[in-house]
Amino acid sequence: MRGRPSALYDAPGPRARRRNVLYTMAFLLALAAVIWWVGLSLADKNQLEWAKWEPFFTDARTWTTYILPGLKNTVIAAALAMAIALPLGALLGIGRLSEHAWVRGAAGTVVEFFRAIPVLILMLFANAAYAEFTDISPETRPLYAVVTGLFLYNASVLAEVVRAGILSLPSGQTDAAKAIGMRKGQTMTHVLLPQSVTAMLPALVSQLVVIVKDTALGGALLNFSELLASVRPMSANYGANTIASFTVVAVVFVALNFALTSFASWLERRLRRAKKSTGAVVRVDAVEELATPGEHAGPEELRADDRK
Amino acid sequence: MFDFLEGYNLLGAFWVTVQLTVYSAIGSLIWGTMLAAMRVSPVPLMRGFGTAYVNIVRNIPLTVIIVFTSLGLFQTLSISLGAKDFTTINFRLAVLGLITYTSAFVCEALRSGINTVSAGQVEAARAIGLSFPQVLRLIVLPQAFRSVVAPLANVLIALTKNTTVAATIGVAEAALLMREMIENEAQLILISMTFAFGFICLTLPTGLFLGWVSKKVAVKR
Amino acid sequence: MNPHQLSKATVAVAAALALSFSVAACGDDGDGGSGGNGDKINVGIKFDQPGVGLKTPDGSYTGFDVDVATYVAQQLGYEPGDIVWKEAKSADRETMLQRGDVDFIAASYSINDERAKKVDFAGPYLLAHQDVLVRADDNSITKPSDLNNKKLCSVTGSTSAQNVKTKLAPDAQLQEYGGYSECLTGLENGVIDAVTTDDSILAGYAAQEQFRGKFKLGGFKMSNENYGIGVQKGSELKERINDALEKMVADGAWDTAVKENFGPAGYKNEPAPQIGNIVK
Repeated sequence: MRGRPSALYDAPGPRARRRNVLYTMAFLLALAAVIWWVGLSLADKNQLEWAKWEPFFTDARTWTTYILPGLKNTVIAAALAMAIALPLGALLGIGRLSEHAWVRGAAGTVVEFFRAIPVLILMLFANAAYAEFTDISPETRPLYAVVTGLFLYNASVLAEVVRAGILSLPSGQTDAAKAIGMRKGQTMTHVLLPQSVTAMLPALVSQLVVIVKDTALGGALLNFSELLASVRPMSANYGANTIASFTVVAVVFVALNFALTSFASWLERRLRRAKKSTGAVVRVDAVEELATPGEHAGPEELRADDRK
Repeated sequence: MFDFLEGYNLLGAFWVTVQLTVYSAIGSLIWGTMLAAMRVSPVPLMRGFGTAYVNIVRNIPLTVIIVFTSLGLFQTLSISLGAKDFTTINFRLAVLGLITYTSAFVCEALRSGINTVSAGQVEAARAIGLSFPQVLRLIVLPQAFRSVVAPLANVLIALTKNTTVAATIGVAEAALLMREMIENEAQLILISMTFAFGFICLTLPTGLFLGWVSKKVAVKR
Repeated sequence: MNPHQLSKATVAVAAALALSFSVAACGDDGDGGSGGNGDKINVGIKFDQPGVGLKTPDGSYTGFDVDVATYVAQQLGYEPGDIVWKEAKSADRETMLQRGDVDFIAASYSINDERAKKVDFAGPYLLAHQDVLVRADDNSITKPSDLNNKKLCSVTGSTSAQNVKTKLAPDAQLQEYGGYSECLTGLENGVIDAVTTDDSILAGYAAQEQFRGKFKLGGFKMSNENYGIGVQKGSELKERINDALEKMVADGAWDTAVKENFGPAGYKNEPAPQIGNIVK
């Protein structure tokens, strides 16, 4: 925002500037009042006692025994879900572009089905199904259930990303491939997919944020020992310091996801600048729109606008 | 075949899901609009607050936010939102958590809508002497809302699915009932299909209807 | 333009994904299927119940169940260093024994008919009761019926919570959480009036240093929980564990363990139960 004057208001004159200062003061006061009240209430309930926070600052074992192993499981689940969802999503996405109506129909049904139901429902089902029909040990079952729920949902989201990625390529690419005599399959694997992968990359990384956030459901409801679930053993050890433990875990989540988000926008900027490819890049936040059932904005709107 | 439903209030559970969705949708629309207004306002501190809010909230799992409303606000700070019994308190806390989370996405959708309003419109409004709140209220937001029906519909559908997270603090909505039924009944596949179907009934028509609306009201340029 | 040529970033992300994938593959170091192969013994305990079974920050384990399990393992010929501790969550206990993931389980595991169909129990080694934990300065709860119109907390799906709701105090309000420490936060702050579960578990929490003098047990004895050591159906371990438990009571190690783990909470424990004597 800074430096770029907004069209919404004039450059502030002396009176507007005075008014803005007034608003700033009022807003600051309101904000301070809320923070002050929360702090006071927390102190009143003994939640700010150093004893409840100390373990996170003075005892490295708190991190090595509880938080880092939890974080590791979160990352493992997210990476596995992505690794399985990507090829599956690519298959479904290509299926939706197929020339055969029944392939399009089948892929479309699968995609719409898994996008329409909550990921928690998928996880609960997977957990119970693995317990009933397979011999997976109770220790690893939550991981299987979480990854299954995540990859089913995300494969259907990524299918749409792949479709958008392919559609974002100029039609000249297909025409040129046809002109040199490539078959349809060759056009897909040699021309369209490699370029669309590049176009999709930022959207893929930002989808990782969604996956990381959803792993927390496994910790809360499926006994999966991920980052959020590390709150319980910590608060059992340090005198029910749930508030402190929660705050630290939330900060770790934000740090991890913020890093991923920043990486995604950096990738998007970089790919936009690099003129090696056709210049097509699926917008980072396009994923949010693609993650829901129903019709979607056309490829034109999902495409990066280079004319700005 | 569907005798496993006996003794369970399936419709009641889905009704709670619908209520969670509706209350949270209204709340996040209001709070999200205020956030979007802050993000484009001339006051730097408000812009900073809006940006920080969106960036932090979007990167925290909703599960953490909802559990925190129960443990932090209720158990620790004794904020019960005017209710006496646990059922109502948990419901309201879940709505509060969902609003906190969803409004960040509403804000971003609106902001992208505000960006589609052409500079000429705004300049014309300023030229006839409208103040910033007036520009926003009379010129920008009405156009922005019409162009963001589709993105907002997506947020609404995501919200509908996200209400299941309220199960983590014991709100008796669909996912909690499903969990209970899976534990007590044998027909896993049937139970799961029933709940999947229930959610499809909620999300698919919403998507199709609002998709149609968005085409109807789209600003012709 | 060469379509095979992906940008450097593409390769970097692919490499990162592949790397995390291989980390995932290594993360699950194969420790399964080593049930009773002579040099190590797998024991299932709770990881998150202070006083009963708790994983501490330095990676060691404390609690009454841990002490009992260590003693029993020693009698079976295993040094403390040979014990592999595994987390046995309540819902997983029967499955873990049936699959042979663990040799025995000591995890606040009450003996009942339903479970006895699937696994065998040695012991009991402790007679616990369902009880409530209240704030030390709260004198309004002196009998179970006082819980009517009070705010009660327990863990999701636990039998103790349902027991109170259906039999003892139907007008009590019930909040359910995933763990007891969440309940204690509310109890400490006056939002919850009583936490209910087995008295041994409550005593373990109340005995924690941070909580000394803050909470007290109601002493209601609302049910009988005979803690046993679970073994596979038909396992020859059952008799040997029973012998070990008898010896533990006889040489005073049992008393020491009770005092050490529950003592500070003013917990009046029952005398050591007779092997095979299940109090209904």
